[in-house]
Amino acid sequence: MNKNMIITGLVIFVLAVLSPFWFNMITTTEAAPKPELLGKAKEEKKCVLEKYDMRANHPSLLDEWRDSVVRNSDRQYTAANGHTFGMSLSTGENSCLGCHEDKAKFCDSCHTYASVDPYCWECHTNPKEIK
Amino acid sequence: MLEIAIKGSKNYWSWIIFLLLVMGAGFIVYIDQFMNGLMITGMSRDVSWGFYIANFTFLVGVAAGGVMVVIPYYLHNYEKFHRITILGEFLAVAALVMCLLFIIVDLGQPTRALNVLLYPSPKSMLFYDMLVLNGYLFLNIVIGWKVLEAERNQVEPPFWTKPLIYLSIPFAIGIHTVTAYLYCGLPGRGYWLTAILAPRFLASAFAAGPAFLIILCYLIRKFTKFDPGWEAMQTLAKIVCWAIIANLFFFLCEVFTVYYSNIPGHKAHLTYLLFGYHGYHALVPWMWTGLILMFTGAIFLVIPQFRNNKTLLPFTCAMIFFGAWIDKGLGMISGGFVPSPLHHVTEYAPTKPEIMITLAVYATGFLVLTLLYKLATQVKEEVRG
Amino acid sequence: MMKKSRRSFLKVAGIAAIGLGASPAMNFASSDSPGTALAVKGKNEQALTAHRWGMVIDTNKITEEIAEKITEVCHKTHNVPDFKHEVDAEKYPKTRLANHKQEIKWIWEEEFHYAFPEKEDEYLTEKFHDLPFLVTCNHCKNAPCVQACPTQATFKREDGIVIMDFHRCIGCRFCMAACPYGSRSFNFRDPRPFIAETNPDFPTRSKGVVEKCNLCAEQLAKGELPHCVQASEGAIVVGDLEDPESDIRVLLKEHYTIRRNQSLGTEPSVYYIV
Repeated sequence: MNKNMIITGLVIFVLAVLSPFWFNMITTTEAAPKPELLGKAKEEKKCVLEKYDMRANHPSLLDEWRDSVVRNSDRQYTAANGHTFGMSLSTGENSCLGCHEDKAKFCDSCHTYASVDPYCWECHTNPKEIK
Repeated sequence: MLEIAIKGSKNYWSWIIFLLLVMGAGFIVYIDQFMNGLMITGMSRDVSWGFYIANFTFLVGVAAGGVMVVIPYYLHNYEKFHRITILGEFLAVAALVMCLLFIIVDLGQPTRALNVLLYPSPKSMLFYDMLVLNGYLFLNIVIGWKVLEAERNQVEPPFWTKPLIYLSIPFAIGIHTVTAYLYCGLPGRGYWLTAILAPRFLASAFAAGPAFLIILCYLIRKFTKFDPGWEAMQTLAKIVCWAIIANLFFFLCEVFTVYYSNIPGHKAHLTYLLFGYHGYHALVPWMWTGLILMFTGAIFLVIPQFRNNKTLLPFTCAMIFFGAWIDKGLGMISGGFVPSPLHHVTEYAPTKPEIMITLAVYATGFLVLTLLYKLATQVKEEVRG
Repeated sequence: MMKKSRRSFLKVAGIAAIGLGASPAMNFASSDSPGTALAVKGKNEQALTAHRWGMVIDTNKITEEIAEKITEVCHKTHNVPDFKHEVDAEKYPKTRLANHKQEIKWIWEEEFHYAFPEKEDEYLTEKFHDLPFLVTCNHCKNAPCVQACPTQATFKREDGIVIMDFHRCIGCRFCMAACPYGSRSFNFRDPRPFIAETNPDFPTRSKGVVEKCNLCAEQLAKGELPHCVQASEGAIVVGDLEDPESDIRVLLKEHYTIRRNQSLGTEPSVYYIV
């Protein structure tokens, strides 16, 4: 009796642990959406970092930025490529949203796909959304 | 050893389930607070700390009170306390668990609590409070557990527990001293700005902690076969007696200094608590109740006939415990905030959700206490029986 | 014996698991992409700077009207919620009633005996009875709130401004107990439903953090004077307290000024001409 119980238990455990794989087998997976470059961002071509670097490291870059602005009152960021940016998510022409005008297509599409919900927007506002 | 805690009578399980229900109910209310913020409490711009911090402060005292059995037993080899030392240590553990929970439920951004470790700030008293509270919790868990385990196996406790026990003594004093320093180092809060705050905190701690321990001894005698010993309880009662008298004496010193010097910024708070201020007197009945309870309790403990009365003693202890709770909990925190530094009067009363969350924290503490005491008493029964 | 060795195995395994868990965190902490290493951070060229910012409020020039205007413009530009504002039920459904005792304010009017409770006189100059005294954060030289903060979320900048890092604040409210001027407010709830018009150039706050006047650090960085100064019609002046030639020092030389509860040793940087 003990042996059977243990084996049944183990089988259930293994099935449960692998549940994400079962779930993926019965559902279809969409490819990750690409952030869309629109308007100014499309023309500009040059961002703070290289594309791949940016993809991987934008959270830590933003973290660095906020410390720099709030704690050291440094607000200008001259990147390795020589361009100068305002270290801000949404304030001013050369802030993130100043160039990437469409937050929904630039930020949210990926974040929604990856199911991350950065708390930036609890406080920072997208100027477009206010009006 | 933990297996002991899952074998118990019907009463034991009913009590556990009751505690779990209270915890569950409080947790549901806490989810509301977590989602919507501290708006559900009665705290305000002027009274920015309330029931949570009040209970935190009081329970730090209960935790520190445990040292009143550790010192006589380990430093003075007072054998009578052999049976109850573990009870003191485990009471400290439960009280500290509640303290830490009260801090967490009081935070506006509880998910960021670890920022205190990420950005250590040695100028902030809260930093040290975190260190000593966690240190004392750790010490008591390790000491209590190891000593009990050794007792169960009928061997000497490991040699390294001794230095830890000695270390736990300054830690016990430390937790309450640093907690007092949270308050008494703030300019502009006349009620707290007094050097006697830490001694007063310790005095009321050494009264409330052992008083509660005596009540627990009664409960243990009632519900288990383990007898903590009447003589030990008598000695505890004497400790409570002197501590509560010291507490009342310190309070009187405070009253004298404040009223004789007649400095308005210091006087306003005590006047608010004792007589009401500009027509606000929500706490006056509470304060007097607390004082009368502590005073009567002190008298009952000084007179040997009353102190030796087995029926009266638990009630005396309850009086002192609740008196100290009012004095140090409600009075100390609200009293410090009313009136505000601008001399506005905003009164404070906890809301229902706030009380519910508080009860749930207490239930969690009592759950920890029940489990630990179950272990302790059962082991002691085994060894003796 | 068997039991013992299984136990020690589990202990070792547990420690190893902690180690494994820590490694991604360590990798993240040490990740520094080559791109950021070459970057240069700096201040705006036009930024206004000082060794120690200070403020002088000329109470003779402040009328009820000006005081109201100042409070309004400050609160509006900094997205300070107004609990009297009627909530847009469509945008924010199920918003609960506001508790006005939990209000938030950065700069506001007080009567003399509240602003200066330690200077309360039995026979006070008549005109002080109805003058509006504007009170705000004093940006103290020895700020008790900075000392109290357990995470350095409230800190003192090199230029003397006491400022908050809302990202870091854990909402313990120790700073509120420490401030002897009642200058701090706590976000007991999400402020957004109570902001009539959000200023996109300044963040709102999340629930659970403390806030207060930041001496318009965002304005100074742009080379502009604080909003209260601009709205004050000359009644409020900010400048460098450590520069003997500055406007503010000239004012202090020429007038008798008082500060709020100086006896505490906090060294407020806000002076009142009375």
